[in-house]
Amino acid sequence: MSTAQSVAYSPRRVAAMVLRYWYLLRSSWVRLIDLIYWPTVQMLTWGFLQLYIGENASFFARASGIFIGAVLLWDILFRGQIGFAVSFLEEMYARNLANLMMSPLRPTEFITALMIMSIVRLAIGLVPVTLLAIAFFGFNLYSLGLALALFFANLILTSWAVGIFVSGLVLRNGLGAETFAWSIMFLFLPLACVYYPVAVLPAFLQYAAWALPPTYVFEGMRALLIDHVFRGDLMWQAFVLNLVYMAAAVAAYLKLVDSARDQGALLQSGE
Amino acid sequence: MTRNPAITVDQLVKIYKTATAVDGISFALEAGSITGLLGGNGAGKTTTIATIMGLVIPTSGRVSVLGVDMTHNRHRVLHRMNFESPYVEMPMRLTIRQNLTVFGMLYGVDDIATRIAALAAELELTDLLDRPTGKLSAGQKTRVSLAKSLINQPDVLLLDEPTASLDPDTADWVRGRLERYRAERGATVLLASHNMSEVERLCERVIIMKKGRIEDDDTPQHLLARYGRRTLEEVFLDVARGRGEARQAAQ
Repeated sequence: MSTAQSVAYSPRRVAAMVLRYWYLLRSSWVRLIDLIYWPTVQMLTWGFLQLYIGENASFFARASGIFIGAVLLWDILFRGQIGFAVSFLEEMYARNLANLMMSPLRPTEFITALMIMSIVRLAIGLVPVTLLAIAFFGFNLYSLGLALALFFANLILTSWAVGIFVSGLVLRNGLGAETFAWSIMFLFLPLACVYYPVAVLPAFLQYAAWALPPTYVFEGMRALLIDHVFRGDLMWQAFVLNLVYMAAAVAAYLKLVDSARDQGALLQSGE
Repeated sequence: MTRNPAITVDQLVKIYKTATAVDGISFALEAGSITGLLGGNGAGKTTTIATIMGLVIPTSGRVSVLGVDMTHNRHRVLHRMNFESPYVEMPMRLTIRQNLTVFGMLYGVDDIATRIAALAAELELTDLLDRPTGKLSAGQKTRVSLAKSLINQPDVLLLDEPTASLDPDTADWVRGRLERYRAERGATVLLASHNMSEVERLCERVIIMKKGRIEDDDTPQHLLARYGRRTLEEVFLDVARGRGEARQAAQ
């Protein structure tokens, strides 16, 4: 056995967890199909809607790809969080959490592995859909270039922050809190202004909208697709907010783990 | 007084909201010893073991393993410990080899393939290594759990009813492997069990718990003599039904 077992952070332990989830994904075609199914349905629905509206309204004809772009970016946010949380939930379903908690795996390593898996799951689900968007609607998400990279980075950071917090809730409260994993991101849907500008919201809700990092990304996307202007300032503001969200989520997760240890919840990782 | 304790539990109290699970227990386990933790349902065995693993934070008192405080520094020693329980499962879709590879990496085992091959040969799992864990019989799953618990050759091994739901033959086989591992490795083993004959066979010391407290703590031979009984099961029933003190007084 290696002598450097108790090191504070071990990439090998992170790799072990990534391997564990990769084995699981590889063994189940149902899980793979599920990753691609909903993003495809969403993209096709909104894509055809945009085609229809574009033929009847000059604004939407000019702002080509605005709906499909919003759908694809929303999927990064939504699927990123689901990908994170589902990998965590797999441990609850498998009743394997106690084995992990008693192993040398540290919370930060576990979180890192879940982050990596959320990107893997996102890539499996979203890359084919972005290619379909090119084939069906001539919308090439990759043509956004650097802007896409910054949109992606900010959205995935938010999705991880939410995923970390939700995983802590499930760890502390059992599978009864699983609903949050599936539904919490929909709270962002109206407030983050995925399909419409912030100006549409009543004034008091605009404050809430600007407190969410994804709002800046979707505003930035509209600026790019409608006005052909890249708003770097919005990306910076989103990034700073994301740092705050991530710090709060990790602190909450560690607090919830401690609370679970205090209440003996790690012994009964069921309902 | 234990000269070289591997596990020290000192005035441990654990209260869940208003329910007292463990009520001020203390004991120390000598390195290389094998000890049975007996008690009825709700006696506090599982909470005690979970606190030793650092999974539960004590309300008061202290638990240390190999000199490390388990409430605050458990990650310094977890790689030298392991745990087995039929109530904690392994991912079912993964094959035995995949599961052992993952846990081997988590525990920092150097040559995992060689270690898995050795364990598989030892635990008669070689032909099953590429079978999904969920498609195994109860006895085979127990052997896989045992393989996982031995993957890092732990110095401290905690077992929670390791032979529950096994047929007598498989249970006896598991006990034999545990005895051999302890003898070869000099590991410290703490075994929680309802199976008295198992404890009688394996353990050189028995701690009997009831309602969160230690009711008795001695070698099996001394307990049998003190209670005037022929089996540990009879001793256990005396303690569980509150006849222990009267019987000892009569003796």
